[in-house]
Amino acid sequence: MAAASPDVPPAGRPSGRMGRHQWLTILRTVLRTPRGAIGLGLASLVVLLAVVGPAIAPYSSTDLLTLTFAKPSGQFPLGSDFLGRDVLSRVLDGGWVLLLMAVAATAPGVIAGEIGGISAAYLRGWTDGLIMRTVDVILAFPQLVFALLLVSVLGPKLWLIVLAVGLSHAPAVARVLRPATLDVSERDYVKAVELQGMRARKVMAKEILPNLISPLMVETGLRLTYSIVIMAGLSFLGFGQQPPTANWGTMINENRIGLGLNPWAVIVPAALIALLTIGTNTFTDAVARVTIGVDRRPEESALLDDLGLQDAR
Amino acid sequence: MTTDRAPTAEPAGASPASLGEVRLDVQDLVIRLGESGPDVVSDISFTVPAGEVLGLVGESGSGKTTVALALLGHARRGLSVTAGQVRLDGVDLLRLSPADLRAVRGARVTYVPQDPSAALNPALRIGTQLREALRVHPGAVDDVDGRVSEVLREVHLDASPAMLRRYPHQLSGGQQQRVALAMAFCCRPSLIVLDEPTTGLDVSTQRHVLDTVRSLCTSYGVAAVYVSHDLAVVGGLVAQVAVMYAGRIIEIGATGRVFPYPLHPYTRGLLAAVPSVDRAEVLSGIEGQPPGPGRRGRGCSFAARCGYALEDCRSRVPEPVHIDGRAVRCLRAADIAADIKAVAADRPAVMTGTAAPAPERGLSLRGLSAGYGGPPVLSGIRFDVPAESCVAVVGESGSGKTTLARCIVGLHSDWAGEMTFRGASMPRGAHRRSKDQLKRVQYVFQNPYTSLNPRKTVGQIVAQPLEEFLSLPFRERAERAATVLSDVSLGPDFLSRYPDQLSGGERQRVAIARALVVEPELLVCDEVTSALDVSVQAVIVELLRRLQRERHLAMIFITHNLALVRSIAQSVVVLRDGAMVESGLVGQVLEHPRDPYTVRLLQDVPRLATAGDRT
Repeated sequence: MAAASPDVPPAGRPSGRMGRHQWLTILRTVLRTPRGAIGLGLASLVVLLAVVGPAIAPYSSTDLLTLTFAKPSGQFPLGSDFLGRDVLSRVLDGGWVLLLMAVAATAPGVIAGEIGGISAAYLRGWTDGLIMRTVDVILAFPQLVFALLLVSVLGPKLWLIVLAVGLSHAPAVARVLRPATLDVSERDYVKAVELQGMRARKVMAKEILPNLISPLMVETGLRLTYSIVIMAGLSFLGFGQQPPTANWGTMINENRIGLGLNPWAVIVPAALIALLTIGTNTFTDAVARVTIGVDRRPEESALLDDLGLQDAR
Repeated sequence: MTTDRAPTAEPAGASPASLGEVRLDVQDLVIRLGESGPDVVSDISFTVPAGEVLGLVGESGSGKTTVALALLGHARRGLSVTAGQVRLDGVDLLRLSPADLRAVRGARVTYVPQDPSAALNPALRIGTQLREALRVHPGAVDDVDGRVSEVLREVHLDASPAMLRRYPHQLSGGQQQRVALAMAFCCRPSLIVLDEPTTGLDVSTQRHVLDTVRSLCTSYGVAAVYVSHDLAVVGGLVAQVAVMYAGRIIEIGATGRVFPYPLHPYTRGLLAAVPSVDRAEVLSGIEGQPPGPGRRGRGCSFAARCGYALEDCRSRVPEPVHIDGRAVRCLRAADIAADIKAVAADRPAVMTGTAAPAPERGLSLRGLSAGYGGPPVLSGIRFDVPAESCVAVVGESGSGKTTLARCIVGLHSDWAGEMTFRGASMPRGAHRRSKDQLKRVQYVFQNPYTSLNPRKTVGQIVAQPLEEFLSLPFRERAERAATVLSDVSLGPDFLSRYPDQLSGGERQRVAIARALVVEPELLVCDEVTSALDVSVQAVIVELLRRLQRERHLAMIFITHNLALVRSIAQSVVVLRDGAMVESGLVGQVLEHPRDPYTVRLLQDVPRLATAGDRT
């Protein structure tokens, strides 16, 4: 048959959709959705305020400058707090530590949960039982209560608080990653490397983990939101940075008795925390929506590829 | 709209359209991505008379399902019908209001899906689902219960109350598809669209379902459109066939003319790629792949892959040429018709000589049985795979052929019996085998869409076994990977591609390269072409045959397709319900089958009528 000579190399698909920097592609797509743009906009606004805040604060955040719970005035735009300190300066000064602690707590939590979830699902047997039953026990406590428990046992040191919050994330992350791993580890490409005698640790790190990027991204964003809320909550309850250091969470607690006198001392830090969590949550939601589309099963993406729908999307 | 329905239960009397009268008339249908995007299908025109079946054939991505759904007045999400008509008994379905369309669907136009197990509601009894179809269209039939049992008898199912009370999962695949057929016929429609309804079925079941479809279409006087990628199935069923390529019908005409004497180069290529169960032939596939929507250029979409293409072919889309009782979209149709040669005549016979048996260097199975905890799914398996020879394992779904493959390669360890390779006993399960034992037996998975890690490049995938088995330095791994890729006809530029940038055929080549890169002695191929189009299947089978010869491999080729066995294997083992029913040399078994099961299997294989049978 003269249809084509067998030497002609088959034409490849020119469009590379899912390359090495898949997460960059996801990010770009997310930013094109209104949800993603608004979410990231809100979050970065608050982050920007917290980062440059200390540099532009008009007064020291710890000096007693005026009467307690003074109404806003030209000199003190947001009034003063329960000790007569400038609320604006304390707001500008009190964000970055909270943020830093939230980020620092998220990382160990996600990593520990990821290791636990993937190992439980891939190794099965007693490893699975041990890890998941532990997870079940920890999950029985509300996250804040668990963190409080750890802090009260270990003492209110800052790094211990960070670690405690981090560890309180791990069970939930493991719970999410276990079914995702179960799905991936039944795929033929994992069977193929098992037939090459690849060691389990390498299979998990090199074959399975890269295919969990999407649930990991979503989960990290979600955990970051929770970290912020828990950190603020712990500060509110008196754990965390010790007075007189400014902190949004602490400020809400300190000034709530004067809510009728100068409400801004409570409203502004509370609003900032709310905006930040709404922003990160909205953004995470956008990531989740995009990755559900991106992470189709291979057969489905093949079908769409055949139709050429990929390029039209 | 039910005035044209006779109230009698006689199917033949139910139809007002006498045989031969046009029922479905599709004109100049164009479907685009979005409202003004590139066309997915274009210039689709055909008519179907009452009582006839039109076969709509094409490979994946040709647009056949898109056209089929348009016949129901439906466009998939992201697609829109931008021009054309779909007239059913004179009414254009594309101009109906949503409410009118709802009334028409299921009553006048019905649909039989590819996978009945997914289309039937698993939570509802069969009887409920059938009655529902009739109740949604009140007036279609007076006696609902009577009609349900009547239509069940017509599709050769037991119409007892016990049957009606069953749930879909209590039926076999063939029975489920009969229920779907019953549902489609129960309102006495004018048009039935069948979307590859026999793809998941065994050959014998498939044959019975096809017979039912044919007789019902004639007796009801309905027009039917049968969408399929399987040319042999279509050839035996339909009077008229339309071949689609890249969104256009490139050849349409009487099956009796088109299949024996195809005129379009694509149809010719497609037919040459279909394996025959009666002759051992070299299969020739079509290299390359069809262009997707938006990449089809100005000229004939097939020109880039066509051996007949002229300069003119690349600059304008050919208009249909009417020649020899058909319409062909090819500038060179007349030239091809002039020096017409039957497709079969182009195909040289395969020399499948018997290799010198050297069982001491091959694989040997004695009394192998295997299971998944319950009753054994395999028992008493006993055969040899001598070095440098190819043994085909044939069986229908559920015969245990994949379990057998998984036992051999080490993915399934719950088996008993004796398995020796090169004279040494093989342990159960991959984790008990030495690196050397693992290296010598390599496995090619059924589905190339799941067997390649989407996050790794082709180079990484192919070089991985070298790292695990031979601990070669990076540079040498890369060199060997490039060499083996060229052996499977992929250039070095593929090394840096990701699997989702490859077509199905290219993926399967990569999977074969991954298996061959460590130079194994036994290659186990599990239904490696079942996920691929027929033109690609031919390329892959030829590739495997060449590699087996060149590399002196022993090979186990597992398939449900008896026709493929002829083209690749020297001996064959037939499995049924986990037991061997027959084994021997291919010629012997396929020409003089001894077991009644093999005889039936061979009889039920759909055959393509080619000119070779008539001359």
